[in-house]
Amino acid sequence: MEMLANLSLGFSVALSPFTLALAVAGCFLGTIIGALPGLGPSNGVAILIPLTFTMGLDATSALVLMTAVYYGAMYGGRISSILLNIPGDEPALMTTLDGYPMAKQGRAGDALVLSGVASFVGAFLATIGLMLLAPMLARVAYLFGPAEYFALYLLAFCTLGGMASNNQAKAALASCIGLGIAMIGVDSSSGLPRLTGGNLHLYDGIDFLVAIVGLFAIAEVFFFIESHGKGSSIGVKLDKVRIPWKDIMATKWTMLRASFVGFIAGILPGAGASLGSFLAYMSEKSIAGEKGGFGTGVAKGVAAPEAGNNSAAGGALVPMLTLGVPGSGTTAVLLALLMTLNITPGPTLFTERPEVVWGLIASLLIANVVLLLMNVPMVKIFVKILMVPAWVLLPGVTMISFVGIYSLSGSYFDLLLMVGFGVLGYILRKLEIPTVPVILGILLGGNMEDALRRAMVLSDGDAMFLFSTPIAIGLWIAAIAGFVAPMFLRGVLKKPQAVTD
Amino acid sequence: MTKRFFKALMTGAVLSVGVTGGAYAAECIAPANPGGGWDFTCRQIGKIMYDIGVVDQPVQVTNMAGAGGGLAYNHVVAERGSDEDLIVAASTATSTRLAQNAYAGMTADQVRFVGAIGADPGVIVVAADSPYQSLNDLVDAIKADPGSVAFAGGSAVGGFDHIKPLMILQRAGFTDIKKVKYIGVDGGADAITQTVGGFTQAMTGDMSEVVGFLKAGEVRVIAVLTEERIPGFEDIPTAKEQGLDVVAVNWRGLYVPKDIPDAKFDEWAGKLQQVADSDEWKEAMVANGLAPFTKVGGDFQSYVDGLVAEINTMSKELGVIQ
Repeated sequence: MEMLANLSLGFSVALSPFTLALAVAGCFLGTIIGALPGLGPSNGVAILIPLTFTMGLDATSALVLMTAVYYGAMYGGRISSILLNIPGDEPALMTTLDGYPMAKQGRAGDALVLSGVASFVGAFLATIGLMLLAPMLARVAYLFGPAEYFALYLLAFCTLGGMASNNQAKAALASCIGLGIAMIGVDSSSGLPRLTGGNLHLYDGIDFLVAIVGLFAIAEVFFFIESHGKGSSIGVKLDKVRIPWKDIMATKWTMLRASFVGFIAGILPGAGASLGSFLAYMSEKSIAGEKGGFGTGVAKGVAAPEAGNNSAAGGALVPMLTLGVPGSGTTAVLLALLMTLNITPGPTLFTERPEVVWGLIASLLIANVVLLLMNVPMVKIFVKILMVPAWVLLPGVTMISFVGIYSLSGSYFDLLLMVGFGVLGYILRKLEIPTVPVILGILLGGNMEDALRRAMVLSDGDAMFLFSTPIAIGLWIAAIAGFVAPMFLRGVLKKPQAVTD
Repeated sequence: MTKRFFKALMTGAVLSVGVTGGAYAAECIAPANPGGGWDFTCRQIGKIMYDIGVVDQPVQVTNMAGAGGGLAYNHVVAERGSDEDLIVAASTATSTRLAQNAYAGMTADQVRFVGAIGADPGVIVVAADSPYQSLNDLVDAIKADPGSVAFAGGSAVGGFDHIKPLMILQRAGFTDIKKVKYIGVDGGADAITQTVGGFTQAMTGDMSEVVGFLKAGEVRVIAVLTEERIPGFEDIPTAKEQGLDVVAVNWRGLYVPKDIPDAKFDEWAGKLQQVADSDEWKEAMVANGLAPFTKVGGDFQSYVDGLVAEINTMSKELGVIQ
């Protein structure tokens, strides 16, 4: 009952006609920002923080607006993933794998609505989890030391092999390219530059957003030029938008499982939404097996990563609110917002400032419901983008890419780098090497290396330290199973695959 | 319809990007993740500057974590050398790393240090259930077996958080400092998480980073590295009264790019002085365990130059650099 009392306190703080209007505006803005290549939830929130001051909003209204933008951007990231095969932000990466094939089959509307519902389920369950368990779950962060983090990242990489269904070696090669790129920059343990060739711009390392936009958006432009504008893969078929009840019902368990996996990944500081959507997708893929047809445009392949990344976004709020340790880039920005409002998250926040915590939780719930209600009408608008001919759409996407990347760092060098990644993406796709593992290598490689090196310092270089706790051992077993299992299961699963579809 | 929508999309993109560009609002770079000391500096000083009206737009805070501030320093030196609307949070840690050549060849004279308006006392912290009750317990344990205690801190290896326990150990007569284990993580909150989790035995950081965890009863501060006990935290003993005379405070201040006009430098120094004099800042200092420490303008620049020289000598003695 205390929970309900707290929640009503939260709603009494967060619910008013004005804040509802803010939530609607925030959701809409967030969706647009999330959909644009290069601008993700972190940038969206960061860009709009000054706005809350200019508008003179009080703490609660600012929180409602920012959480609406945050969730809106998480929703929006899927739109360009599905329609254009260009992830709007890094957690939406996995949604391209099945969302875009689905759109090519003429089911763009279905994919968008389904992913919207999956996003809602993931975010809603995560908010409930945050509400019920946050103070308790905060302890989970205490269980993860360098050895555990290393094993967790290893698990992500070991399941990569199973991702490219036709050729594991190519997926492994691609992730090695990504890991190699992650090495570039100032070494975090010693402060010395590595692989920079003396170029100061490379001291910062390579931003994965530059890589994503280059590998996806710019590479697409090269393909378009090559084909002289004919037969570009952008042109997907269009049908009427209706609610795909059948798909939604068929994926309900997928959404539940993916939300759980995503939430856990979100709770771990530093893992974040990308790892959440990745692990959710890979675990659903292995549950479905080869029969599931993941990667060919199946409903589960859209529902899993979307439920996963949105619930990871909610999970990431747990360590942020209870420890002051942000679980993802976006919560880092939200943490920053709280601190400008003179609220310091930490172990005492839940008891000292209940109106802030429960106000935040209430605004998350509000943003969620608003987004679900806005979802179907907005899908109709977004599907209309497909009616724009490719020769208009692609230059437009290119322009947004350039502007988006330039806004990250204000650096001309990043634009060159992005074009370089475009060329790399073009070559890789010509060789039929998947580009998603490259991005994951860049995204997770640095964290994985830091974890390993910290573990080595603590253990005086004793490798056995990596297997020293039950959690680490469990993750190692899962990682090895994830790496080896596809090799053996392939033979077993081949026959049924021939019968299905 | 479609074209109009597309236009709207473009306009939205351009508009939102325009805000990031921040042509008018000043920007404060916090060279670490949110939650740490530099982040606090940017947010508090930025907010107070706007509240007391010395800037007419809210100060936009950018977090640029990496290499213990090296990434942000490099960014300012390499790309923002004459940006008049840029301030960057700095602290003792910044000068330490410059003194130790930890910013990949960059030196202290590549930016201008504009002022400091508070100091955060250094602390040594253990988990609430730790067997170490006092600083001497911890020091004795390290003397007996250097591998038995690992420190976590928010700065890179060789940074100020790393140096603090080394200075203490040196005073205690332990000279084999290369054997002392230290891991640098992203920020003080993360370092505490590792220590409460039992992966490291002690955390070395600043008072402001541990206040929340201290109130929640998760940690015990076994020593504060100041001359006197801190007001508001009178039950925490100083290292000095435990027989280990180490004073290590972390001043909170700002630097600006090197190539801005002198007039602009003085303007920032003046703004900082106004913040220091404000009631809002005094409240913020009390709430976060900061002690007053105000030096601005040329005065501060010469203080930093002296500090860099001093740390450089000390680091050589400690063997952290050649």
